[in-house]
Amino acid sequence: MKSLAELQAIRDKARGKVTLREGQDDAIRVLVGMATCGIAAGARPVLTTIVDEVAKRGLQNVMVTQTGCIGICQFEPVVEVVEPGKEKITYVKMTPEKAVRMVNDHLVNGNVVTEFTIGANSK
Amino acid sequence: MRELSLNVMDIAQNSISAGATCIEVEVCEDTAQDRLTIQIVDNGRGMSADQVAHVTDPFFTTRTTRKVGLGIPLFKMEAEMTGGELRIVSEPGKGTAVTAEFVPSHVDFIPLGDINATVLLLITCNTDRDFVFHRRIDDREFTLDTRELRGILGEEVELNMPDVVAWMRDFLNEQTQSIKGEKI
Repeated sequence: MKSLAELQAIRDKARGKVTLREGQDDAIRVLVGMATCGIAAGARPVLTTIVDEVAKRGLQNVMVTQTGCIGICQFEPVVEVVEPGKEKITYVKMTPEKAVRMVNDHLVNGNVVTEFTIGANSK
Repeated sequence: MRELSLNVMDIAQNSISAGATCIEVEVCEDTAQDRLTIQIVDNGRGMSADQVAHVTDPFFTTRTTRKVGLGIPLFKMEAEMTGGELRIVSEPGKGTAVTAEFVPSHVDFIPLGDINATVLLLITCNTDRDFVFHRRIDDREFTLDTRELRGILGEEVELNMPDVVAWMRDFLNEQTQSIKGEKI
């Protein structure tokens, strides 16, 4: 069973190598739409996958957060990637599988997965 | 919604929008009474009596992107479909309590689903707030309180640190199995 003592051990291990996330101006923000529409369309597994994948790859400059309904409910689950100095990228009709590719191609390697974006799916 | 736990995520989102600093999620099962009760209690800005009266109307919403708000009406419908009910108690400046009662044996009962995934995401994506998750099945129960975890972790180690997330995930799953009476 997981005990609070284990949590203490995690703390002691983490202390010292904790990098401050506050005040990071160059952080990439990943916003997942988690309003009624997004959740009903399957946003929770998408968000879980992104959080896990970012943690697995140790991406320190990526902040994953939730956002509300941005008004394009028919395209949910929607994921927005906001990088300072670049145009915002909106991924639509996301799935956990697509999310893994988005993290690997876009967040790690900097290549936008054009085929998943709203531009390629709005016709 | 395919799982009631997705509704919990949705309703908790309202608490976050209402500026709550502490959100309590309670899931209680009474097998003898054939009842499942889900309660979400926050200390956000609360609602006036007039707002409470209108909140179950799908065409009432405070947001500005659309004219419909389906979160609460859906949750209410899902409870009533099973012969249960939804209650809202709210006071401006104090907070809101949403309680939904379900009859699990009813054919229209939607399964609870992965409530632990919901709780974990709420905690890790909102580290600026506190969450208390309380799960009870008959006389067996457990609680996860982020204020208690913060007390141990101190200020430098955040709740969304991968090792801490893994600890919480394992804790939730082990505790759930244990109160369900399953072997670990």
